Amino acid sequence: MDVSEIQTFEHDVLVIGAGGAGLRAAIEAKAQGMDTAVVCKSLLGKAHTVMAEGGMAAALGNADRRDNWKIHFRDTMRGGKFLNQWRMAELHAKLAPARVRELEEWGAVFDRTPDGLIAQRNFGGHRYPRLAHVGDRTGLEMIRTLQDYAVHQGITFHMECTALGLLKDGERIAGACGYWRETGRLVVFRTKAVILATGGAGKAWRVTSNSWEYTGDGFAMAYEAGAELMDMEFTQFHPTGMVWPPSVRGTLVTEGVRGEGGVLLNSRGERFMFRYIPERFAAETAATIEEAERWPDDPQARRPPELLTRDVVARAIRAEVKEGRGSPHGGVFLDIASRRPADYIRRKLPSMYHQFKELAEVDITRQPMEVGPTLHYFMGGVRVDPDTQMSNVPGLFACGECAAGLHGANRLGGNSLSDLLVFGALAGSGAAAYVRGLAATPKPEPGQIEAIFRQATSYLNRESGENPYLLHEELQDLMQSLVGIVRTGEELAQAIERLQELKQRARNVKAHGSSQYNPGWHQAISLQSLVTSAEIVACAALAREESRGAHTRLDFEGEREEWGKVNLVVRRGADGRPQIARVERPRPPRYLEEIAHATIEDLEAGRVGADAPDEV
Amino acid sequence: MGGERTLRIWRGDASGGQFVSYRTPVEEGMVVLDAILRIQAEQANDLAVRWNCKAGKCGSCSMEIEGRPRLACMTRLNLYPPEAAITVQPLKAFPVIKDLVTDVSWNYEQNRRIPPFQPGARDPDGQYRMAQCDVDRVQEFRKCIECFLCQDVCHILRDRERKDAFVGPRFMVRLASLEMHPLDVADRLPLIKEAFGVGLCNITRCCTEVCPEHIQITDNAIIPLKERVVDRYYDPIQRLLGWLRGRRGGTARKLPMSQGPASAPA
Ligand SMILES: Cc1cc2nc3c(=O)[nH]c(=O)nc-3n(C[C@H](O)[C@H](O)[C@H](O)COP(=O)(O)OP(=O)(O)OC[C@H]3O[C@@H](n4cnc5c(N)ncnc54)[C@H](O)[C@@H]3O)c2cc1C
Ligand code: SF4
Ligand code: SF4
Ligand code: FES
Repeated sequence: MDVSEIQTFEHDVLVIGAGGAGLRAAIEAKAQGMDTAVVCKSLLGKAHTVMAEGGMAAALGNADRRDNWKIHFRDTMRGGKFLNQWRMAELHAKLAPARVRELEEWGAVFDRTPDGLIAQRNFGGHRYPRLAHVGDRTGLEMIRTLQDYAVHQGITFHMECTALGLLKDGERIAGACGYWRETGRLVVFRTKAVILATGGAGKAWRVTSNSWEYTGDGFAMAYEAGAELMDMEFTQFHPTGMVWPPSVRGTLVTEGVRGEGGVLLNSRGERFMFRYIPERFAAETAATIEEAERWPDDPQARRPPELLTRDVVARAIRAEVKEGRGSPHGGVFLDIASRRPADYIRRKLPSMYHQFKELAEVDITRQPMEVGPTLHYFMGGVRVDPDTQMSNVPGLFACGECAAGLHGANRLGGNSLSDLLVFGALAGSGAAAYVRGLAATPKPEPGQIEAIFRQATSYLNRESGENPYLLHEELQDLMQSLVGIVRTGEELAQAIERLQELKQRARNVKAHGSSQYNPGWHQAISLQSLVTSAEIVACAALAREESRGAHTRLDFEGEREEWGKVNLVVRRGADGRPQIARVERPRPPRYLEEIAHATIEDLEAGRVGADAPDEV
Repeated sequence: MGGERTLRIWRGDASGGQFVSYRTPVEEGMVVLDAILRIQAEQANDLAVRWNCKAGKCGSCSMEIEGRPRLACMTRLNLYPPEAAITVQPLKAFPVIKDLVTDVSWNYEQNRRIPPFQPGARDPDGQYRMAQCDVDRVQEFRKCIECFLCQDVCHILRDRERKDAFVGPRFMVRLASLEMHPLDVADRLPLIKEAFGVGLCNITRCCTEVCPEHIQITDNAIIPLKERVVDRYYDPIQRLLGWLRGRRGGTARKLPMSQGPASAPA
């Protein structure tokens, strides 16, 4: 292989991923004078972000004037079971409003309040109506706004171009390798910094809301390059995915349905969530149906339990089904039909209406939906510095779903879209600052490019081997049954053992056909990062011997105090296996700790947190 | 449902191709994309097809099914009689890359030609105010998922190959969303009239019929743009007023076009 003959681009900053995080990062890097390029696996505007429905969380205070960053921060920490990085939760709560308003300046058209401001809706775990939204297609609004803005900024876009691996010069990042999906031609990016914005790895599970793109490429590339990953045991199961028909099992039903007043019922017609209110939230959750019905009009009434955090609702649904009170197709009922007028439902939840009508032949303005948990989101990811988003590898940055830290053990709905904007922008400026400080342009060490390309083309070139699609399905079944919503040490150990074997087999799959737009080959390549990500999740899940947030261990019930003091950090060991370290959590500034643990009354009365600085 | 079905799928690339029939097991509720992905996994690993959301939200899986442009992920198999084969082929208005995948980059080029959103000043308290009733229309246009089905069906692009003179219904929708945005102050009418070719549309409404988002492309986007062009350029009174007022008539709050401001660091 003659490396000098491979198509090569040179830029200051390469952003891998064109979802909300990648686009926002690229806009920022470019605005700070960096020659910036973006690569993405799909066409522009088709990333996961486009699917987001419910909204983006920011304490704008438009819908309820009592809202502010401190309450958003407190909600985020409590939702994350106090395993979030304090500084990230602080930055997010403080900066999200400005980032949302900026989208408006770039052309986004959010739903409005009666006085013409950005409207906000209720969502699980958020004290006040906080989610800026556009019906139930908020992600589309966000990605289109960023895309239409970004294409006029002089950023270079390479669509349908998959990154395969990162290049290094000693410890530093020196670029990345990839290939064009259309032709299979190889390409090298020689860049001073790389920002990963590749999202999660939900495709390792059978029942998931995620698309084919979510194969953990960013996790795997970072890991292979020596970066640390964190909180990988925390994989979020969204409580409401479609359960029927079989071909759409896992497709998301937005939490907006509950935010707009929908309730969960079991086969006996009981609003079962009242039986699953955790102690930490009891003081702020309605105790009876009668009280829940008075909310939000009666300021004395507390929030309905359907709006508890996702981990709680998902486990409750699983328990109801397990105890024989499920719906005909193994879920529970989500009912908005009997609670809101049909035209209201069609206006506020148009794509849910459409989705059920077309795919399940269910009219949600007249019938309840059947729903059950679906693998949705990775709280874990690349461990980064909160202010710059740089990893432990100099020049390697990460933001959005592929970075860890903001959400801790469980993410609140709506906190992802705002995460993308806040930390996308910080990653862009972090990378720009890093590049400005570089003394010399890093040069990839010899041999790396050849090794990456040899591996990628091996699936095409070999004579025979297993079918990559069928192996992928085997992986999905394994993760679904052994690394699911509730876990045991025994099953996790078994999963890890079977993953070793699967990893070997994945190395030897065969892609038939040519390199021209060949999904079988693409599948063979992404299967590798998927297996790596799955193994890391299973190992981290085995190591955390407690139940917290999205991670539930039947053999270690409840939160354990000692585990609340550490995050699990994973690195690639010399043998290629994940090495797990318990890393003590940084101590927060006094004011953050006080706000997070304050009662809502003390916080709102200003008895706590009054001295906290509002600027970042 | 259950049982098996036959799909006739176009296989080939720019140099040519043919239909290949595949039989595949099906279950209740399956859509055409499910059947294609099953065939891909079990019988034709290198069958090229685009998809992402599988829920009609991303606009990736556009193709022609039984001769009609559709989203494969929102087209149920039981729409077609059970015994008959279902014929699936790539969009015709764009060059084929391989199998069901076409080169839609022309659309991205058109989007880049459109002068971007340009907001007016914020209110004194730093807010933008817009009434819901004033943004309803714009929100209809912004539902567009860029599936390009309307581009595929429009005879100006599809049969007459006038990609040089008309940006197509998708970008008329985009232009309308900007022109009717209550905060926007840029003026795109001269471009809409000349370079983007609104006059070429002869209101056949084929685009509206295929739009999976049910956007009233012709009635709500294209016709109002045509009217604005007529008002500006052909209405004698408007022309006189425009001449008297200086450069142009209509609402006087629009400013000359420039690129949006660079974002401030956080
Ligand atoms: C159905 C659904 C609904 C949701 N609703 C909400 C909501 O209402 N509110 C909320 O806050 N969050 C929501 N989420 C979560 C949120 O949408 C995602 O977490 C978020 O969009 C992720 O954005 P991102 O920018 O990190 O990644 P993405 O938008 O997923 O983008 C990832 C990008 O990386 C690219 N990429 C990946 N690997 C490679 C590679 N090897 N080479 C090149 N490019 C690569 C992809 O092509 C893509 O462009 C929802 C998620 C789903 C699935
Ligand atoms: S109405 Fe106009 S834009 Fe739409 S298909 Fe007909 S000619 Fe094309
Ligand atoms: S206007 Fe409708 S048909 Fe045309 S690209 Fe948009 S969503 Fe598709
Ligand atoms: S796969 Fe997204 S619209 Fe069909």
